[in-house]
Amino acid sequence: MAKKQYAYYPGCSSQKGASASNFSTSLDVMCDKLGVQLNEIPDWNCCGASIGYAEGGELPRLAIGARNLALAEQNLPGQDMVSGCPACWLASRETADRLNAHGNLMSETNEALKEVGLNFKGSVKPRHMVEVMVEDIGFEAMKQAVVKPLQGLKIAGYVGCQTNRPFGIAGESFENPQYLDKMIEAVGAEAVAKFDQKVTCCGGALAFSEPEKAQKQIRSIIESAYDHGAEMIVTPCQLCQANVEVYQSEINKKQGTKFAMPVVYYSELMSVAYGGNAKQSGLDGHIIQPKKLQDIAK
Amino acid sequence: MAEMKTAAYICSGCELGDKLDVAQLTKIAQKEGKMALVREHAFLCNEEGVQMIRDDIEKEAVTHICIAACSRRAKTEAFNFPTVAMSRANLREGVIWVIAEGEQHDEVRQEMANDYVRMGCAEIKKMILPQGNPNHAHNKRLLVVGGGMSGMTSALEAAEAGYDIVIVEKEAQLGGWAAKLWKRVPFKQPFAEPQDTGLTELAAKVSAHPRITVHLSSTVAETSGAPGRFSVQVKGAAGITTEEVGGIVQATGFTTYDLNKLPELGGGKANVVDQAGLEALARSANGATIKRADGKEVKSVVFVQCAGQRDETGTHLAYCSGHCCATSVKQAMYFKDANPQVDTVVMFTDLRLPGMGEDFYRSAQQKGVIFTKGKASAVEASGDGCEVKFRDLILDEDTSLNADLVVLATGQVPNAGVNLEAWNPIVTAAEGGSDEAKQQKIEMQKTSVLNLNYRQGPDMPQLKQGFADSHFICFPYETRRTGIYAAGPVRRPMDMLQATEDATGAALKAIQAVENASIGRAAHPRSGDLSFPTARLEGCTQCKRCTVECPFGAIDEDERRFPVFNESRCRRCGTCMGACPVRVISFENYSVDTVGMQIKAVDMPDEFSERPRILILACENDAYPALDMAGLQHHLYSAFVRAIPVRCLGSVNTIWITDALNSGYDGVMLMGCKHGDNYQCHFVKGSELANYRMSKIDDTLKQLGLEKERVITHEVAITDNARVAKLINEYVEKINEIGMSPMKGFN
Amino acid sequence: MTVQNQQAVARYRNDFLREVEERVEDGEWVKMCMQCGVCAGSCPLGNAWQHTPQKLFMMIRAGKREEVLTSDAMWMCTSCYNCIVRCPRKLPITHIMHGLANYAHRLNIAPKGQPTREVAKLFWNNLAKTGRVNELKFSLAMYFKDGFVQGIKNAMAMQSVGLGLVKAKRLNPMELFGGHKCKDTGSFNKMIAKAREIEDRKKGFTS
Repeated sequence: MAKKQYAYYPGCSSQKGASASNFSTSLDVMCDKLGVQLNEIPDWNCCGASIGYAEGGELPRLAIGARNLALAEQNLPGQDMVSGCPACWLASRETADRLNAHGNLMSETNEALKEVGLNFKGSVKPRHMVEVMVEDIGFEAMKQAVVKPLQGLKIAGYVGCQTNRPFGIAGESFENPQYLDKMIEAVGAEAVAKFDQKVTCCGGALAFSEPEKAQKQIRSIIESAYDHGAEMIVTPCQLCQANVEVYQSEINKKQGTKFAMPVVYYSELMSVAYGGNAKQSGLDGHIIQPKKLQDIAK
Repeated sequence: MAEMKTAAYICSGCELGDKLDVAQLTKIAQKEGKMALVREHAFLCNEEGVQMIRDDIEKEAVTHICIAACSRRAKTEAFNFPTVAMSRANLREGVIWVIAEGEQHDEVRQEMANDYVRMGCAEIKKMILPQGNPNHAHNKRLLVVGGGMSGMTSALEAAEAGYDIVIVEKEAQLGGWAAKLWKRVPFKQPFAEPQDTGLTELAAKVSAHPRITVHLSSTVAETSGAPGRFSVQVKGAAGITTEEVGGIVQATGFTTYDLNKLPELGGGKANVVDQAGLEALARSANGATIKRADGKEVKSVVFVQCAGQRDETGTHLAYCSGHCCATSVKQAMYFKDANPQVDTVVMFTDLRLPGMGEDFYRSAQQKGVIFTKGKASAVEASGDGCEVKFRDLILDEDTSLNADLVVLATGQVPNAGVNLEAWNPIVTAAEGGSDEAKQQKIEMQKTSVLNLNYRQGPDMPQLKQGFADSHFICFPYETRRTGIYAAGPVRRPMDMLQATEDATGAALKAIQAVENASIGRAAHPRSGDLSFPTARLEGCTQCKRCTVECPFGAIDEDERRFPVFNESRCRRCGTCMGACPVRVISFENYSVDTVGMQIKAVDMPDEFSERPRILILACENDAYPALDMAGLQHHLYSAFVRAIPVRCLGSVNTIWITDALNSGYDGVMLMGCKHGDNYQCHFVKGSELANYRMSKIDDTLKQLGLEKERVITHEVAITDNARVAKLINEYVEKINEIGMSPMKGFN
Repeated sequence: MTVQNQQAVARYRNDFLREVEERVEDGEWVKMCMQCGVCAGSCPLGNAWQHTPQKLFMMIRAGKREEVLTSDAMWMCTSCYNCIVRCPRKLPITHIMHGLANYAHRLNIAPKGQPTREVAKLFWNNLAKTGRVNELKFSLAMYFKDGFVQGIKNAMAMQSVGLGLVKAKRLNPMELFGGHKCKDTGSFNKMIAKAREIEDRKKGFTS
């Protein structure tokens, strides 16, 4: 069967040696088993993330977003643009939506794009990897590809913010989206039903600038996972993953807690369940080792 | 009249036959109920069963039937025999659906069913088939008092429905308050711009309508009569004209709250107007930039919402007039539409724009009207304009704004006429000979709108804040004067769109009333009822309780102070019957005897049987349906209760209670509707009066040497299905605690 | 007072709402707020702010220019978008917050040394240089933003975190020398400069 083709926008954090490089690794097995072909957009640039607003301003941000869209449009015509990172997806989609809605913004942005020899026509549809999973693959196919069911694993599905808001996955609620739990269940694990911090903000970029406030957010997310008997947290977001995993040692140090809650990507779960080994599944990319998942992956 | 021939029909369908000994019921109907004819049927409400009854009526000349089957509220289409009197023994909802299953309950269940058959037989023997009000009144013309938006709408709607109309308007032209507006709040898509009022066209249409007669510069000097036969004295410039009508719509609108009562907000000072004042300025600007009274163009304006409204100190209006937020939004647009550079601030504590008002609000925001959540404390002259001092409720600080003009959004004060609660004590004092009271009465009479010559006063009763009482929870168009309907802001504060709908509703109610009156039937809520009250005047002590307590002012007094019943003003609630200390008032099919005989028909076990008997008198509007639905939903209750539906708790005569206690009942439960300001009583005052009367029953209980817990009253809503079962079971427990009544066996 | 700020004050006099509508991203939405406060109650950092979005919008309408633009409130936005999805009036609140922050930053009257302001500036400059974010340089720049001594302290405090990431191959020390970037960074820089030029022209910045 021919694989489904997508223009892939990895984003800065998913590059080799960057903070979410293990996410990139884990995509290989998952996409292969689900018949997804990711074609990297040549010479893509940073999306600007949400924090780019202060120095960037409106039109420069639209310009860098449009550059990626134009590159996809030109080099990988007809393919949806897919990003694994919610910030990249959000920035791209906001750019595409706004430019398509406002003709003057489109022409102003294209005026700037001339400097890099590009022109954006508005035809590319930016999508989140999770949208591809839910809408193009479907839960049934995700289930059928399983060779090693993750039986007995109790997982808190942590959706976070930007996968969920302001666009979210079609048909899901902003307050209690279900798709991540269904993905967890598709690979044979148990989703914690009443994980009440499912869509709580991890602090985002303010983890750098306002560490105490962000760590308060992170602490409540981890505590809720423990309270509901979760053995690990799974997330579709690079920044959520990094913040919630990396700062546990800080919180432990400052507040005397003993957190050691593994935080993994949904793609790592898929990769393991589809037969990938620990390395292929990016499981070596953690500060807090997801032991139970590693045991299954062996 | 044909001789009474009784028949009882015992149904064994719906599992009645499985759970009850039907043969025993039949025997009771024969031996104790003394029914001339008793028949059993396995499916009484089917065609065959119904035909059997019809055949008996035709061939056996049966005149009175007792149907022992389901609730009187069930199968009403099947059991519809208009030529005979009928009682219903409720064995299904009232017995087998509410009494626990199982052999151990067989005996008490059967006892309960036996009693209901006894009661049904006892009741039917005291019933007479109602013949309808003999004093038919056929006038179907309608009088509309007030020629504003509400009045003209009522008149046109009714005229279009084929009724002749008389309008009485006190001003020299039609239009009322609405005619003074520059534009009105939009009532059409997209609800974004002020619209023309359309008043000129409406008034022209009314004036030209062949079915509508208009009296301008006129008032109502006197109203007498009843639905179908009102006689109205219209006083105009040319003297008095008498108009005979069948029904009345009172659409007398409102007056704006007096600005001078608000000096702290600048009321009465220069550059401070109310919304009416702003409309006048807008009309003279005629679409151009609005100018103040001194001719200066307004560059900045502040609208102060809730001025003298929603006041908790008791000084000003306690209520929200509903329209003023939208009106200020509209008026702010007057400024913005003429000149977008004018600063317009609407200062509110809660912005209330119901319906499509939200779209209108957004439209104003789009136009740049600024909405500030704040509470104004003072408006003072400052420079060439005003300074509005206020508390900013979002930023939580005391601050101020300067404006060329301040508009105070004051409220609506209803033009409802005389407040009867103030009127009645003055009348009593005047009758007692007080000259001061006599003078007060004359002064008060001058403020009357309808000048009714009713025993209970010249205008419609008010509930609170001076608005005409209007059963606003269940039947908002109803009033407490049958055949007279309030429409528009005289009933409650409202805007033009609501007034239009209200006026249409009131017109329809008036049409219903005249149609019912013309065939001698009751109006709402016992619409279609042919029974009417009669009194044995030879037993009457002229105590006036019936004339005073009738919630609808239906009963006048003759010169000897005997009650005069105006049948078409009567709603058939029986409150007069409940009030009468000498029990001379009755309906053909509902009387002291029809209920009293049921109470006495119950078989009373002795003091040592451990089987108490508790009488329930349940209002047929809410409590009795709630009991039925308890059955439908299988909320079980004790088999020791015997329930009798009553028209209203107001119809409960205390003799029933004393009779019940005397004959050995261990307790009496009264179940009626909620009373008080938020009443749900279908007859407005019935449950309240019952509650008052029962508060006096303690003395009777003391005389009998009984505990006061033996009579209790509950407010029961139609939705209280599980609760009624719970109330019954708790009361049975309570009675068991107190012990059995010592009164058993004396009768 | 900065030149840009002086010019802005002169241009709009006391009409701060109009200034916001013309110069702040999505600023034309401010007038549509109905003051329900759902945004304030939905913000994860709501209790850490000087002013909630609801208050900021009210202050804008009340003409409190100085207080709004010097507020630290907009800088507390984590971009969680909770306010956006819950706003009954569908105001793009997150974007307005970003827009206000950007505007205050452009006029250079935003709070000096505000940590998020500093981080945001570093982040953009980092990406604008090469087209992609260099996480290591970004982190180091952050640690040293308050000077060399504080930088060493910061870096030491976060040493365990950093080493953990290096061990997990999620932080590459070699990134310090080169690292990922776009091919033609010169054109990329020109594109950004051009976009800014158009925006400044459109919004009436004269500098």
